[in-house]
Amino acid sequence: MQDYKHSVSLDVNKCKGCTTCLKRCPTEAIRIRGGHAVINSKRCIDCGECIKVCPHKAKRASHDSLDSLNDFKVRVALPAPALYGQFDNIESIDYIIEGLYRLGFDYVFEVAGAAEMVSAYTRIYLGKPGVKKPVISSACPVITRMININFPYLSDNIMPILPPIEVAAAVARERMQAELPDVSPDDIGIFFISPCTAKVSYVKNGFAGSKNNVDRVLSMRDVYFRLIDVMRDIDVPEHTASSGMIGIGWASTGGESSAVFNDKYLAADGIENCIKVLEQIENDDFTDLDFIELDACSGGCVGGAMTVANPYIAQARLQTLKRYLPVSPNRPQDTDVPERFFVDEGVSFDPGLLLSDDRNEAMRMMSEIESITAELPGLDCGSCGAPTCMAFAEDIVKNETSADECTVIMREMFHDYLARHKGTTLAEEYKEYKGLSLKEKNGPDGTAASE
Amino acid sequence: MADNVVFHFDVDGEDFSSAGGASVTVKKKLRQLGISQEYIRRVAIAMYEGEINMVIHANGGTADVIVSDEEIKIVLADTGPGIPDVSLAMQEGFSTARDNIRSLGFGAGMGLPNMKKYTDTMEIETELGRGTTITMTVKIA
Repeated sequence: MQDYKHSVSLDVNKCKGCTTCLKRCPTEAIRIRGGHAVINSKRCIDCGECIKVCPHKAKRASHDSLDSLNDFKVRVALPAPALYGQFDNIESIDYIIEGLYRLGFDYVFEVAGAAEMVSAYTRIYLGKPGVKKPVISSACPVITRMININFPYLSDNIMPILPPIEVAAAVARERMQAELPDVSPDDIGIFFISPCTAKVSYVKNGFAGSKNNVDRVLSMRDVYFRLIDVMRDIDVPEHTASSGMIGIGWASTGGESSAVFNDKYLAADGIENCIKVLEQIENDDFTDLDFIELDACSGGCVGGAMTVANPYIAQARLQTLKRYLPVSPNRPQDTDVPERFFVDEGVSFDPGLLLSDDRNEAMRMMSEIESITAELPGLDCGSCGAPTCMAFAEDIVKNETSADECTVIMREMFHDYLARHKGTTLAEEYKEYKGLSLKEKNGPDGTAASE
Repeated sequence: MADNVVFHFDVDGEDFSSAGGASVTVKKKLRQLGISQEYIRRVAIAMYEGEINMVIHANGGTADVIVSDEEIKIVLADTGPGIPDVSLAMQEGFSTARDNIRSLGFGAGMGLPNMKKYTDTMEIETELGRGTTITMTVKIA
């Protein structure tokens, strides 16, 4: 299997190895090695939690820079609907669309518009006979990858329809090629303005074998700071927004679900909640539900690691902005989902958790992990560089670390050693050690060394 | 031929909110062993139902999962009140759960029937006032 390409990177100089991200990673993909965080690419689901929690700003999202606009002759912007919630005190979305044109884009295609198309196709898909329920939204790439790695039994539940980002890119490309027949398709650049890291990874890796039409992924934060400059000068926007309530609703949790027009849905957000829901769906707990929307970020896409505004404030702004907008002006007239909007192949199981391909070896390792875990203190303190004592035991068995990294056990060993060989206690040794270091600092006679 | 792998859990009867936790842990462990998904799901459901039962009726107990080459064995043991009429308890919809448990969505009388449905063998040893031990197996070879 090809290696999955990620979009979270680490500035080793800024990372202090503080264990904050270690503790918050939902898939235990992080370890502290050699004094700084290391991400296990097989387990990382690009949720961006580590970026959000890092107190030293050492974790960063890798994305394309705005300079990459120069890579193409014709530039198309695909703003995610979450972008609209970033601005304070704007009267209408038209100002943002106009601003994007002024930033140098030749065409703006709203992902919110594509989301309305996907909502219409979802309604058609849910009505098809033989569809495995509950259908899980394919929109959040963190969730699809999570299912891929940890919930393979649910991979058939993922809706096999392309997510809005991809529908937007495909439709925008078709339109540009039709409008500009003389321009080489390679000269048309499709730029997605992303709220999150996962979409960057999504573009790098593709979704279920589908061809990707997005050429560059820009950070919503970067675009925001450029936009507020140009938007200040707009008196009357020439260009106008064309998305409706449903499309803009996709930016926050529940928006996609409410567009299913059916009350048999569940919408959850925050990666930990999503994992709990997936655990329960796997146990057949939700057989009466038709549709499940899971957003890895709290609040939905507005909570992505590359946004500026607080997700709930952004959501409140979106509520105001979408008031008096038409419900779904971009809904297609199709009576069936067009073939080209289906994914090429199913989501495949990527066994990132497997201890060994050989069952016997895996069982031997598991027994060892169990017996080592029983000996560990169970504090889950993270000092060894693993998020939990059990993860530490796994690392020991996989030869990725050694048992003496456990500081609690080391302390006990030290106690024991002192008692047996020196007849002293740790407290006495500590006093002496501190006394020594004070003397060293102050000079041999204990007085402050000064000129 | 590998040695059996044994997972042991103490199921806390005091804290209802933690019920079902052992089932989630076992699921992860079985994945790490490369057990196929369909078996994992059956083990997880049977174990989940059993865990909930122990918490509701027996003030907790112990859960042991033994993985061998041929099967996954789940042994749930408690020192609770015992089951007065096993064949009645096995009927779908029969429940003695209290209303406060039902209001949480449990107590539908599907616990034991589901445990039987999702496993290949199930044995119940029960004695009134002494406790219940349920042994289930899921064949994996």
